[in-house]
Amino acid sequence: MNYIEPHGHMVSRTTDDYERMALAGCRAICEPAFWAGFDRASAAGFYDYFRQITDYEPKRAAKFGIQHYCWLCINPKEAEDTKLADEVIALIPEFLKRPGVLGIGEIGLNKNSRNELIIFEKHVQLAQDHQQLVLIHTPHLEDKLKGTRLIIDSLKNFPKIDPRRVIIDHVEEHTIDAVLDAGFWAGITLYPESKCTPHRAIDMLEQRQGERIWMNSACDWGISDPLAVPKTVQAMRQRGWSEAMMQKIVWENPRAFMGQSEKFVMP
Amino acid sequence: MSTWTPPSTVNLADIGFMDARSKLIDLAAFLDRVQRAGQEGDFRVQALQRAIKLLDASQPQRAREVLLSFSDPSTEPIAKATMQGAIGAFKP
Repeated sequence: MNYIEPHGHMVSRTTDDYERMALAGCRAICEPAFWAGFDRASAAGFYDYFRQITDYEPKRAAKFGIQHYCWLCINPKEAEDTKLADEVIALIPEFLKRPGVLGIGEIGLNKNSRNELIIFEKHVQLAQDHQQLVLIHTPHLEDKLKGTRLIIDSLKNFPKIDPRRVIIDHVEEHTIDAVLDAGFWAGITLYPESKCTPHRAIDMLEQRQGERIWMNSACDWGISDPLAVPKTVQAMRQRGWSEAMMQKIVWENPRAFMGQSEKFVMP
Repeated sequence: MSTWTPPSTVNLADIGFMDARSKLIDLAAFLDRVQRAGQEGDFRVQALQRAIKLLDASQPQRAREVLLSFSDPSTEPIAKATMQGAIGAFKP
């Protein structure tokens, strides 16, 4: 089955992974800007990273017939240093013009600090000023509930931001209702131990009838699985899902959200 | 977009019982292991012990309730992030 991987950090993955994903039916990958596993020393490091995900990765993906899109920001793990964050945010408008850039992301919170929140709101302002889609990361584990609530509250300060143009990612059973009930899109991340298993994801999809939800692997430099989405499709099949409903979740939903950007073009 | 069609009925125990059984025995063995080592006072183990009690609930909201039990209940941003990772259970 053809599918879209709406959240993959391919700079951390091998070319073999592109091949495996293509063989499994992946036709597009969307790469949010993220933490590299270490704190970058200067904005120049981000400049090169933005070049990599806007120029180099699309070419690497294209060799396997996969379209590559991306999102830009400084991630919340590096947002405690507000001077660095301001310098990085200043770089973003230049890159927003590039083909394949869908919006601002993955912004959000990590430890729910004041500085993280300040930098989150600067990113949202940037998205509002440039009419960009927004992809939001919610914190890990014990910090997720509080961070999700702070993010939703903060977005209320931006009345021009349409919730239908915002996806709040990494939801779990204790946060999905708050996100969807506020009108946002929700992302479910299939990630070993720290996020969601295939069967838990399917439970949530069934509870919310697949509304405004996408599913992603968030594959990165950690222990993660770039084939998590097609493996979950297999679990859906076991659980009696129709081909049309599986297609809705792994193809139509991400296409509907990202298709709000004129740059996202899928057959 | 396609409207929602519920999945056909399948036997969920056929699909999930062995996996759940295995995870439950792993959890039991973990609790035995930390107790034998005298480490059952660790706040993470205590958090697990509290979460296990929630499995007795009558409503199908157990996963949500377990996740809530591990969560930071505070509502205000912290002054400064002093670490980047998360532990898995809120330390009061």
